[in-house]
Amino acid sequence: MMSKTYYDPADLKKFGSISEWNEKLGSKFFEYYNSVFEEGALTAREKSLIALAVSHVVQCPYCIDAYTKDGLERGIEKEEMMEAVHVGAAIKGGATLVHGVQMMNKYNKLSM
Amino acid sequence: MPTKSLQARKNLLSDPQEQLKYLSNGIFGSGELPLFREKIAATGDLPLKPKKLEILQLNLGYMCNQVCSHCHVDAGPDRKEIMTRETMQLCLEVIRKSGAHTLDLTGGAPEMNPNFRWFVEEASKAGIQDFIVRSNLTIIVANKKYYDLPEFFKKHNVHVVSSLPFYKKEKTDRQRGNGVFDKSIQALKMLNAVGYGREGSGLKLDLVYNPAGAFLPANQQALERDFKKALTADFDIDFNELFCITNLPISRFLEYLIASENYEDYMTALVEAFNPAAVQNAMCTNTVSVSWDGWLYDCDFNQMLGLKVNSKVQHLKDFEPEFLQNREICISQHCYGCTAGAGSSCQGSVT
Ligand code: SF4
Ligand code: SF4
Repeated sequence: MMSKTYYDPADLKKFGSISEWNEKLGSKFFEYYNSVFEEGALTAREKSLIALAVSHVVQCPYCIDAYTKDGLERGIEKEEMMEAVHVGAAIKGGATLVHGVQMMNKYNKLSM
Repeated sequence: MPTKSLQARKNLLSDPQEQLKYLSNGIFGSGELPLFREKIAATGDLPLKPKKLEILQLNLGYMCNQVCSHCHVDAGPDRKEIMTRETMQLCLEVIRKSGAHTLDLTGGAPEMNPNFRWFVEEASKAGIQDFIVRSNLTIIVANKKYYDLPEFFKKHNVHVVSSLPFYKKEKTDRQRGNGVFDKSIQALKMLNAVGYGREGSGLKLDLVYNPAGAFLPANQQALERDFKKALTADFDIDFNELFCITNLPISRFLEYLIASENYEDYMTALVEAFNPAAVQNAMCTNTVSVSWDGWLYDCDFNQMLGLKVNSKVQHLKDFEPEFLQNREICISQHCYGCTAGAGSSCQGSVT
């Protein structure tokens, strides 16, 4: 049966099932994904905060649920989480606004 | 935040049978999630058997000065179950007989037992290698008569293990009650002042972290690093190790999971994080837990669920290590809490 909403929280648990329709690419992706989040030059904690910020920027409800929980597990505090979201928002807002320069350029070029 | 025990509130879940029923019905009853028995059968760990007895954990009573929302004991000021001196006498005999190298006193707040000091003095003569008292910290500052506990612990070379759910006030107070964080910090400073947790003192002070909500603890080393950094910087507090403990879905934590509609997701998370390597290191494999009235259990959790050891010997008065050795450990779905991720025991991660 098709669900009546586009997003179902229960679908997050089924994420792994994407490999069922393409085993090779699916497992490559998950292997890559897991390696990315290992401790490296950045701590796993720092990576979790980056993931949370990006989750908001790409507006993925699954990722937001997943990385809020991940943050709680790692002892990341809500103040840190909200600051991370603002970093994402600032970049997204900035990215919109910096295009204003392009608009100004075009405006000036076309105007006498 | 509860102010009374489940028992005092006459909550259905104060009955262990109700809890066990809950843990066997629902998503487990429907087969959506596998029973713990099935899960460990698949890894060849059924029946689960104990190894050598190393730790004797004595629950001196369910009375506590706090009423934490996650408490698996359902402890609180309204609980009257307290170990008597006669039962303590039996414990002393068993300590000598058992060959266990670690003695672990817990509660409630074990210090509230009127015979606590007498018992510690007697037990410390029994030649135990590691003598642990689980102190909730706030008891030390709860009343003048407890102020000298740090000195008392030091005198008997007790290893203090204390719960501090987080290094920040807000999360700690939400789980354990208003003001608990400040009092805990005060108590930690008193312990540090007599040498506990300070380098070179030989006096061990470990902290216990357990998640303040329906999520699992992350990596123990990483959290220990964060705790140390924050407690040193903010309060100049030292401690030895941090133990990460997963909240088991029983008693008041079960009540919370159900009320907050997190039960199914939490159980799913535990099952998904099942780690076969943690099974053989679960604390029931090297511990026997004794209740305030002298009954024997595989662990403190089974004690709270009323699951006595499956053995001919079920009470301290008949204690014989050989009989216990061959028993089969009683399990149910709460056991998933001990085998998730890096595993969880009163000593923290097990893998
Ligand atoms: S968790 Fe510990 S301190 Fe809190 S109520 Fe239970 S026994 Fe007392
Ligand atoms: S709750 Fe944990 S320690 Fe107790 S019997 Fe189950 S696995 Fe063993």
